[in-house]
Amino acid sequence: MSINKYEKAWLGFSIIMVFAFLGITGYFSFVVGFQPPQDAEVIDPTKIDEDERFANPRVEEVIPGELYNVYMVARMWSYTPKEIRVPKGAYVKFYITSPDVQHGFHVVGTNVQANVIPGYITVITAKFEKAGEYLIVCNEYCGRGHQFMKGTLIVTEG
Amino acid sequence: MGNFKDDVFIRLGFYVSYVAIGLGALFGLLQVLERVPGISIIPADKYYLSLTAHGVIMALVFTTFFIMALAIYVVTRELGIDTYSHALNKVAYGLVIVGTVMAAVPILLGKASVLYTFYPPMKASPFFYIGATILVIGSWIFAANILLTVKKWRSMGNTDKKLPLGVFGVVATLIIWYIATIGVAIEMLFQLIPWSLGLVERIDPLLARNFFWYFGHPLVYFWLLPAYIVWYTVLPRLLNVRLFSDFLGRVVFMLFILFSTPVGYHHQFMDPGIEAGWKYLHTATTFFVFVPSLITAFTITATMEMAARARGGKGLLGWIKALPWRDPTFASVAFAMILFGFAGATGAVNAGHNLNYVVHNTAWIPGHLHLTVGSAVALTFMGVSYLLLPMLTGRKLYSTKLALTQVYLWFIGMILFSAPMHYLGILGSPRRTYDVTFGGHPSTQGWAPLLVLAAIGGTLLFASVMLFLYNVLRTLTSGARVEVAQPSNVEIPQGSLGVVDNFKLFTAIALLLVLMAYVVPTMNIINLGTPGAPPVVIR
Repeated sequence: MSINKYEKAWLGFSIIMVFAFLGITGYFSFVVGFQPPQDAEVIDPTKIDEDERFANPRVEEVIPGELYNVYMVARMWSYTPKEIRVPKGAYVKFYITSPDVQHGFHVVGTNVQANVIPGYITVITAKFEKAGEYLIVCNEYCGRGHQFMKGTLIVTEG
Repeated sequence: MGNFKDDVFIRLGFYVSYVAIGLGALFGLLQVLERVPGISIIPADKYYLSLTAHGVIMALVFTTFFIMALAIYVVTRELGIDTYSHALNKVAYGLVIVGTVMAAVPILLGKASVLYTFYPPMKASPFFYIGATILVIGSWIFAANILLTVKKWRSMGNTDKKLPLGVFGVVATLIIWYIATIGVAIEMLFQLIPWSLGLVERIDPLLARNFFWYFGHPLVYFWLLPAYIVWYTVLPRLLNVRLFSDFLGRVVFMLFILFSTPVGYHHQFMDPGIEAGWKYLHTATTFFVFVPSLITAFTITATMEMAARARGGKGLLGWIKALPWRDPTFASVAFAMILFGFAGATGAVNAGHNLNYVVHNTAWIPGHLHLTVGSAVALTFMGVSYLLLPMLTGRKLYSTKLALTQVYLWFIGMILFSAPMHYLGILGSPRRTYDVTFGGHPSTQGWAPLLVLAAIGGTLLFASVMLFLYNVLRTLTSGARVEVAQPSNVEIPQGSLGVVDNFKLFTAIALLLVLMAYVVPTMNIINLGTPGAPPVVIR
């Protein structure tokens, strides 16, 4: 039952490494605030048109240059609105839901992404620091037209 | 050691798994080629059909049948007795085969192109769900028969002996399987089956994901642990040395029982409706699973070093040259371990609470899982087949050279496939997508050469599987009849290991951890009270 001294050292190193990983991850999650999506509301996927936000999907300017709400419908196989325009440096709060199957929402080249699940509204907040045109892709398989499902995010200079 | 009555099930399990890997490889080849911009072989719906078939065949059929066969092999050889009941084996194999066929037919007919994660409300034919459930029930009966065999061996005057390490690993694997399949059983019986039959109108897709990944991640350890059993028990015999640490080998299997299941949310970091704090808890438990694998890396490497030094290997690293690199089984295990080392590093990214959103659902993920189940597991299984088939059939391996070529080809092919897939993922290229050009959007520029590289790697992997199957087929049909030395009787050490021998205790703690990790967030999902989603049939 005795453990070799090198193996003991390796075991110690492994455990310290795991706790170091946890510390770093925890610091960035709970101190810096890089957290995965978590907020959700529920909605009847057959009646999303009865919700004013999804009857008229749009970008809503809440505080000019500072806060924008995006109400978005992800469906087979498109996003509405298909083009989003926000200024750089503003907080953008996305509300996304699906009337059919599950979808993905990934702004390519950024860490903005979330799953969209029918019956739920995914709520995430992002801030884009670099102006430019970004590709939004669905990265959750949603049927034979899945590869056509894309959108555009334009981050303007201000 | 003579042959056992149960050997028929070992051979059957291996043969079914070989057919599976051949079919799976064909679908895999189709996919890597199809994803190259400018090449189109099949229409989109057939692509998703083949993607579903590849996942189900490789991840569920190939692995399950091989693992069942390997479990019988290890238990009969190490305990020296047949399994508890030949009839139970028959029932179990029968159910697993019926379930597999029942699920496979709708997939091949295009009535279940829902991928191997089968997320609702995308709905497959009810036969798909019922078939998968029958498969799981068959596996439960199989596992019970193996556990009863251990009990029978204990009652044969072996109460004060330690379980041989291989059997110890098999018991751990089966305990993990029982704990893990609770999740998919709940999802199937209470959600998918009644809903797919139209008995209930709606389903909560988030709750279904919750139960699926409760099952889906420990499933990974159900594949991996049998590979570890080979590394821990077959490799030392092959190298003719003792395992560096038998005790730590047992600790490893026990740690897997503890940390295999309460980790599923690292697949659901991007899901709404599960709080970040609970996701962080699953990050922690996932990180803890690194420990048994890190111990394994040390123990197995140290075992190899002992063997190499005994063969005259010298120097700080020079001993590596003294290892039998021309032995296909050894080479397969060594390469499997190297590739799995990379998988550990990329897995740390997947499990990271705030790194995951860069790679979630991108090509990074299949890149990662082809290093785990596609390398650590599949390469080990092919490599150990070269050793076990002659023992089971009394026929000499048709060609060692071909076997060696196959193993090296897999290693090179996997690097060429997996490295660009990881890089594509970082660039944001989605997984599971027929065509990733998105109308030539500038963001996708730079993806094409990586897709070509992955296709070259995938083609080599396909060629490797074909070489493997050719070699197996020639061995079975025209291999020279030889008396193959059976593995030596393992010495079964006396005495107790104290707490490390106590499966009941570890299972109880594991269940407690599962309850801690899942009860509250699952209740929170239910309490959100979604009206649920009606089915959507994909044609």
